[in-house]
Amino acid sequence: MIDFSYTIWILLIPLIVFVVTGLTGNRFKPIVTGIIGTAGLGIVFLLSVITAYKFFFVLDKVDGAFQRLLAFNYTWLNLTDKLHINIGVLLDPISVMMLIVISTVSFMVHIYSLGYMKGEKGFARFFSILSLFSFSMLGLVIATNIFQMYIFWELVGVSSFLLIGFYYEKDSAVAASKKAFIVTRFADLGFLIGILVLSYTTGTFDFITLTGPNSPAFTSGQGIMFLGMSTMTWSMLFIFMGGAGKSAMFPLHIWLPDAMEGPTPVSALIHAATMVVAGVYLVARMFPIFHHEQSALEIVAWVGGFTSLFAAVIACTQYDIKRVLAYSTMSQIGLMMLALGVSGYGGEDGLGYMASMFHLFTHAFFKALLFLGAGAIIHAVHSNYMHEMGGLRKHLPITHATFLIACLAISGIPPFAGFFSKDEILVAAFHHNKALFAMEYLVAGMTAFYMFRLYFNVFWGKEQHYHHTPHEAPLTMTLPLIILAIGSTFAGFIPFTKLVTSDSLPFENNTEWGIAIPSILIALVGIGIATMLYMKKSDTSKKVSIALGGFYTAAFNKFYIDQVYLFITKKILFNYVSRPVAWFDRHIVDGTMNQIAFVTNVASDKIKGFQSGQLQQYALAFVSGVIGLALLFTYLWTN
Amino acid sequence: MTNNQFMFLVFSVVIVVFSLLTVTSRRILRAATFLLFVLVSTSGLYFLLRFNFLAAIQLTLYAGGIVVLIIFSILLTSHISEKLAVPPVTKRIYAAIAAIAGAVLCILTILQTQFVQKTLDPARVHIRTIGEGMLSTGKYGYALPFEVISVLLLAAMIGSIILAKKRKD
Amino acid sequence: MFEGVPVHWFLVLATTMFFIGIYGFLVRKNLITMLMSLELILNSVCINFVAFNKILFPEHLEGMFFTLFIIAVAAAEASVAIAIIINIYRRLVNIDVEKMNEMKY
Repeated sequence: MIDFSYTIWILLIPLIVFVVTGLTGNRFKPIVTGIIGTAGLGIVFLLSVITAYKFFFVLDKVDGAFQRLLAFNYTWLNLTDKLHINIGVLLDPISVMMLIVISTVSFMVHIYSLGYMKGEKGFARFFSILSLFSFSMLGLVIATNIFQMYIFWELVGVSSFLLIGFYYEKDSAVAASKKAFIVTRFADLGFLIGILVLSYTTGTFDFITLTGPNSPAFTSGQGIMFLGMSTMTWSMLFIFMGGAGKSAMFPLHIWLPDAMEGPTPVSALIHAATMVVAGVYLVARMFPIFHHEQSALEIVAWVGGFTSLFAAVIACTQYDIKRVLAYSTMSQIGLMMLALGVSGYGGEDGLGYMASMFHLFTHAFFKALLFLGAGAIIHAVHSNYMHEMGGLRKHLPITHATFLIACLAISGIPPFAGFFSKDEILVAAFHHNKALFAMEYLVAGMTAFYMFRLYFNVFWGKEQHYHHTPHEAPLTMTLPLIILAIGSTFAGFIPFTKLVTSDSLPFENNTEWGIAIPSILIALVGIGIATMLYMKKSDTSKKVSIALGGFYTAAFNKFYIDQVYLFITKKILFNYVSRPVAWFDRHIVDGTMNQIAFVTNVASDKIKGFQSGQLQQYALAFVSGVIGLALLFTYLWTN
Repeated sequence: MTNNQFMFLVFSVVIVVFSLLTVTSRRILRAATFLLFVLVSTSGLYFLLRFNFLAAIQLTLYAGGIVVLIIFSILLTSHISEKLAVPPVTKRIYAAIAAIAGAVLCILTILQTQFVQKTLDPARVHIRTIGEGMLSTGKYGYALPFEVISVLLLAAMIGSIILAKKRKD
Repeated sequence: MFEGVPVHWFLVLATTMFFIGIYGFLVRKNLITMLMSLELILNSVCINFVAFNKILFPEHLEGMFFTLFIIAVAAAEASVAIAIIINIYRRLVNIDVEKMNEMKY
C-alpha cells in the first residue's frame, strides 16, 4: 500500500500561497509575489506528476481495475447519523488526470503571466487570485463527495469572477464579470437543487457510494414520476444544469465570450483548460448514475452536440481573436459532453467516456496554447481584432510555430493530439447516434475552417501598419508556449484506453480508419477553404458573407441570444416581477419600518423636555418620588 | 421645665430660624454667616448631650473649616454687595409643597413611633476611648472606616487641586 | 430619658432642618447656596445620629463615630464641590445652576 496522504498538500500549498501573497501583496516587490506563486504551483505540479506516476504505474490494481482511494478524509459537518459532509482527497483515474491537467496548465500560465502581466498595477493581486483559483479547482477535482465539490465549485466561480473583473476600472470588464457570476450562479442554483434531491433520495453525498456498483441512486428515487421522468432523472438534470452553466453549454453560454475581458492568461487557464471543463468533469464523475438515467444522458448528448455546432458557426464570423477562441472552446466542450452523452458503461462500450476525458486532456493543452499564443500576439500588436493584424509570422517566429501546431491539433490533423481524441469521439458517436455523428463531421470541418481563418488572418496576408514593430515575447512567455506545443504534439499518444475508462478497466482500441480518414479529409477541406479565402487578402470572403445574407448576420450577432436574455430579464422580469416586488419592499416593508421610526421620533420629541438639564427639576422629581414612595409604603400598602 | 429642656429649646429655635434665613437670605455672605450660627448651635446641642469632643470637632471643622472655605469661594465668585434674585413663585411653591409634605410625613411617623429610651449614662466620653475605638480592629472598632476616610480625604485633596488649578492652554 | 428631653424632640428638630435644607436645594440658583443647603442636610443627619446614640444606645459610641466620619466626608465633599464651582465659574463666569444645561438631550 502506497501512502498518498501527502496529496492534501496539493490542496494546501496554493491556499497558503494565496493567504500569504494576499495578505502581504503590497509589502514586497510585485515580482516576489509572482515568484512565490509560480514556485508554489511548481511544487503542486511536481506533486501531481509524482501522484500520477504512483497511481497509474506503481499502485497495484484490484481485479485489473484502478483503485479508488481516499487519500485523506475528514468529517467536517455531521448532519445526521448517516448524512455527513467530508473534506478529503479522492484519487481515481479521472481525478488524477485532472490534477495533471490543472497543475500543468496552471503552472504554465503562472510562468507566462510573469512576462505578460509585467508592470501591471495589480500584479500581486493577480497572482494571489490565481493561487486561489488553482486551490479551488484542485479542490473541485479531488472532492470526495458532491458537497465538497459544490463548495469548491462556488469558490471557482468567485475566483473566476475576480479574475474576469481584474481590470475593474474598465466598465466592460465589470459588466462581464457580473454577467459571468450571475449566469453561472443561476446554473449553480440548479446544481444545488440537484444535490439536495440526490442526497435526499439516496441519503449520501459520497462519490464512492453514489457511483459504486451498488449505488443507492440506482434503486431509490425511481418511483415518483414528474413530467414523465423519475426523481433521480430530474436530480441528474439539475446537476447537469450546474455543469452546463460552468461549461458554457447552450443556452447558458452567454457569459463565456464576454469573460474574455479578463487578462489573456486568465482566459487560457480558466476559460479554456480548467474551469469550463468542470461541467464535463462533473458529468464524468456522476457518470454511472447518468448512465442509469438514460433520458438524462440523452439530453446531455444533444445539448453538447447542439452547442458544438452552434458555437462553431458563430466562431466562423467573429473578428476578435479571443472571442473566436472562446466560441471554439464552447464547441470543443460541446464535443466532450456529446462524447459522454453517447457513451455506454464498461469496456468497449465506455469508449465515449474515455474519448471525452481524452479530449479534455488534449484540448487543455492545445487550447491553453492557443490562448497563450493569442496573448503573445495581443502583447505584440496591442489589438484584439484580426483585421488589424497580418503578416506577423516574420515578427513572431516562435508564436507562429506553436500557434500553427495548436491549430493543426484542434483541427484533428494527425499526428497531433487533437486527432486521436476527436477520432475517438467520432467513433463513439458513430456507434450510438448517427445524427450526432453527422453533426460532428460538420463541426470538425468548421473547426478547421475557423482556426485557419484566424491563423491566416493573423500570420499571413498583408502586413498592417503597427504603432511599433511587433517583437517576439520574452522567454517567460515563449517557454510555456514551447512546452505546451510539445504537449499538444505528443499528448495524443498517451494510451488513454489503458488508463482512464468508465469502469477503470483497461480495454483495447484501435483507430478506426474508416471514420478517421473522412474526418481528416473534412478537416483538410476546411483548411483549404480558409487558405483560399484568407491566405491573401481578397474580397472573396466578403462576397461569401454577403451571399450568406441573413444567416451570416445572425451568426455574427451570436444568433441574438444575448438580446433574448436581455428581453427576458429587462422587459419581463424587471417590469412584471422586480418592479412590484420593489414597490412592495419600498412601500410596505420599508413603510412599516419608517412608521415605527416616525412614531418613536415623535414620542421622543414629546418626552425629551423632561431631560431639561435643570438640576433642580431633577431634584424636585427625586424628592417627590421619594415622598410618594414613602407615603405608599407607610400608609397605603401596609398589609 | 428642666435646664436641659430649656437649653434644647433655645438651640432648636436658633437652628430652625437661622436655617430658614440661610435658605432665604438674598445676600449670599449673610447666608453663609447664618449657616455658621446654625452649625455653632448644633455644636451647642452636642455639648448638651455631653459629647464634648464631637462638639469641638463640629466647631473647628464645620464652623472653622467648611464655612471659611465657603466664604472664600463666595468672595472669589461674587460681589459682596450683590443681591441674589428672588426665585420664581411657582418654583418656590413647588419646593415648599415638597418640603412641607416630606416634613409632615416624617414628623407624623416619628411621633407615632415608640422608642425604648435608656437611663442616661452621665459619664463623659473620654478622648482615650475615642482614640482606641478609632484604631481598634475588634468589635466596635473603626480602623477600616478610618483608613477609608483618610484615603478619601487624600483623593479629595488631590482631586480639588487638579480641578481648580488653571489649565495651561 | 435624657433629663427631660425625649428623643422625639431631637428627631423633629432634625427633620425640620433636613427639609429646610431640601427647600433651599430646590429653590436656590446659586451653586454655593445650594452647597450650604447640603451642609444643613448633612448636619441634621448628624444630630439624628448623636441623639440616637445618647438616648437610645448609650452603651457604645457608634453614632458618634459615624458623625465624625460624616463630618470628614462633608469636608471632602465641600472641598471638591468648591473646586468644581471655581472651575465652572472660570469657564462660564457665573455659577447659576439653571445655565448649566449643556448636556441636556
